[in-house]
Formats: sequence, C-alpha cells, structure tokens
Amino acid sequence: MQLFSTPRRAPTNPPLSGAAMQAWGISLLALFLMTLPVLPVSARTIPAFKGYVNDYADMISGPVEAKLEQILKSFEHTDSTQVAVLTVDSLEGDPLEDFSIRVAEKWGIGQKGKDNGVLLLVAKKERRARLEVGYGLEGVLTDLLAGRIIDDVITPRFKSGQFDQGFESGVAAVIQATRGEFKPAQRSSRRGGRSESSPLFSYLLFGGFFISFLGQFSRKVGIVAGAITLPVAVLLASSPGWLILLFLIPVGALAGLLLSIISPIFLSGSGSSGGSSSGGGFGGFSGGGGGSFGGGGASGGW
Amino acid sequence: MRHFVLFLAVALLAPAFTGCGYNTIQKNDESVIAAWGDVEASYQRRADLIPNLVATVKGYAAHEKDTLTAVTEARAKVGQLNLGSDTLNNPEAMANFQAAQGSMTSALSKLMVVVEKYPDLKANQNFRDLQHQLEGTENRINVARVRYNDSVRIFNTSIRTFPNNLTNNFLLNLPRREPFKAEEGAQKAPTVTF
Repeated sequence: MQLFSTPRRAPTNPPLSGAAMQAWGISLLALFLMTLPVLPVSARTIPAFKGYVNDYADMISGPVEAKLEQILKSFEHTDSTQVAVLTVDSLEGDPLEDFSIRVAEKWGIGQKGKDNGVLLLVAKKERRARLEVGYGLEGVLTDLLAGRIIDDVITPRFKSGQFDQGFESGVAAVIQATRGEFKPAQRSSRRGGRSESSPLFSYLLFGGFFISFLGQFSRKVGIVAGAITLPVAVLLASSPGWLILLFLIPVGALAGLLLSIISPIFLSGSGSSGGSSSGGGFGGFSGGGGGSFGGGGASGGW
Repeated sequence: MRHFVLFLAVALLAPAFTGCGYNTIQKNDESVIAAWGDVEASYQRRADLIPNLVATVKGYAAHEKDTLTAVTEARAKVGQLNLGSDTLNNPEAMANFQAAQGSMTSALSKLMVVVEKYPDLKANQNFRDLQHQLEGTENRINVARVRYNDSVRIFNTSIRTFPNNLTNNFLLNLPRREPFKAEEGAQKAPTVTF
C-alpha cells in the first residue's frame, strides 16, 4: 500500500489504464477518505520529553550526553532559557520545519511568557538539522545567526562524522548567543497562572452576592436561590455530569441558607479568598515551561 | 413581590446570557484578528528582505534582469497593499492581498532557481545569511497562516453552532471568515536548498 506511506501523492499506477484505472483510483480514493478521520493530519508522532538531551537516534556518546545535560541544566538555572536537543532516526516524511515546531510547541520549551526556548533537532536519515527558536529569543538568536550556527558550527562537524563535537559546539554557540537575555525567575515571586483562572470563581462570587441579597428578604428565598445558582454557576463554568448537578442542589440550598443567615456581615465586609495557584515548572526537570514558537530559526543539511 | 420576581428572573438570566456564546464569539473573533496580525507581520518581514536580496543578487547575476524585475515589481505591489484589520472584513481586499503575496512567492522562487547558476553568489556569506532569513520568513509565514486558519475554523464553528448561532444572528451579525486557501504548488515551501 504505497498510499499509506505517502498520502499526499496522487495515486498514479502506470500499468493500469482506462476504466480499470478509474475504478481502482475511485476505490483507493474511497479507502483513503475512510481512513481520513482516523489518521491524524500529521503523520510523525512526537517523541516523549526525557530531559534536555533526547538522543533517540543515538548520535551522541554517553559521556558527552551527560555533559550536555549538565551544561543545559545549569544554563536554565542561571538564565531560565531552556535549550533542548532532539535527535530522531527519521522524520518519516514530515517536513523538517513542520515536525520541529510541533515538537517545540508540544514540549513547551522555554518559560511561559518569556518564550525563551530553543530546540536543536537533528534527523539522522535525512541528514538535516534545525534550530527552532522561541519568540522571546528571536531578537538575539536571529534566523541569520541560527543559520550561521547550523552552517558553520554544526554541519561541518557532522559532515566529517564528529557528531559529539558538533552537538557540543552547537549547544555552546546557542548558549553564547542567548546568554544574558533572560534572568531566572525570582523564587520569592512565584506567580500562578492568574490569567487562566476559571470563570467559576467569578460566577460563584456573583452568585454569592446575589443569594446574600435575596437572603435578606427571607431565608426560604435564599435557600431556593442557592439551590438554583450553584448548579447553574458550575454548569456555566464547566460541563459536569447531571449527577454532580443534582448533588449540587442541596449543597447550594445549604449555602443559600448559610448566606442568608450571615448576609448582613457578608455584605458589609466583602471578604476575598485566595485564588488558585499553579506555579510554573521551574527547578526540577518536569518538562518545558510552556514557551511559544512562531517558526523562527534556521535549517541546514550535511 | 412582583418586583422581586422580575429581579429574580433578570438575575438568573444574566449569567445564562454569557452561556449563550456571546463572549466566546467575541473572544474567537479577537483571536482571528490577532492571528491575522501575525500573518501580515510575517509577510511584511519578507517584503523588508527583498531590497537587500535583490541588491546582493544583482552584484553577481546582473544579467538576470527579467527575474529581478519581476521580484521588484511584485515587491512594489505588495508595498501598495493597505494593511490592517480592514483587509480581514473586506473579501476583495483579502483576495488582493493573497494574489499580491502569491505573485511575490512565485517571483521569489523563480529567483532562487536562477541563483543556482551562480556558485560565487551561493558561496557569498551575505547571500547565505539572506537565504537563511528568507527561509525563516517563509517558515514563519507558513506557521502564521496555519494558525490563522485554525483560529478562523474555531471562530466559524463558534458562530455556526447552537446556541451561538442565535446570538450571532440576533445580536452580533459577524460574517463567516475565510481561511487561506492553498495556492498552486504551495503544499511545500519554496525549496531554497541547493
């Protein structure tokens, strides 16, 4: 089945001709269309994120890999910039640039908001290398500079089979280019993802005020309002199952009762409880920080 | 008491209103506009590279006049486009934009084929730098277009599905946005590798 390995190519089978070919073409097309919803748009799966150095194609020797891992780790500690290395055996037909940005985005290399991630991707079979540069580093590690690193630092060494040296000096050049651009985040000012907080909180706050207001008229009204408002608020903020909603009705009623009782206090001094906190992954190596990429960088072959 | 029932009804309907997709549609519309901004910026970036590229190529391949003129003319046409989110709301301007950028793309890829004949030029550091910048820009354009199309798809879905379609029909009346269509042979970026 040639069609499955190269789905973009039109099915042309020279030995067949006329109606036979047409029928063959149509059935192939039908087969292709049937598989379409199942197959993802891009063929190559993204390898798992193991660490700074992901040597899937086994191009880097053990000691050098450990050394690079160490260098990149300490670089992230001093500058917060994340540089990741990935080697793959084959791109499996994907365009290099396409695969590279998908990996970079999926792994989320770089800190969120700073977008200071760099991916050095090397495809062994295709003999192609690419530096994918995050938004935040496009100013210092320009396409031009990335191109020079690929052309003058990495690929000449690859050409002569010195893969270890190629990776080492390539990573060193990237670090040199990006050093000093970002400061590490201060640990004292760890801020959670405020911007992405669920609307549930605001709905509940609004609902709370609403119930307290109604609770002033009578406790019964407060209970009814609570029993209605809480499930409605949760329903609006997320899509819970109906069992949960049913469960929320008595909870809401209870909250309505409580709010009705304490509403005078609640209304006079509106208290605020702390929001959710989800710190950015810094320190231990749990993966990328969520930096974004816009296609900057350069590629080259050897 | 009647007063109070009215209040209850209004207060219960108010949050339901946000559930009818009004906010979602607005949010998606904004992300389409933002994605469009990226598309324009990356095309602009390419246009900015052209004069330098033409000057460099001229130094080595002066008698490829036709190709160079085509690039310069396409560049001039791109420069005349007025940008901004107006383009987004005007199908005609959108078609113009795509046509002008499309002819720029084909003029550039022709130039890159012509350049093959000049080994001195290809070895020139300045040209190699420009080539990387051009490749990077084409890649950015590609990424920006894909992201624009994604945001358009999300937006179009959000104005066509229930209950958002009611909100859009009665309140917002936003038109469907057009995604980029693939140009002839635009499946892959112009190969500038040698």
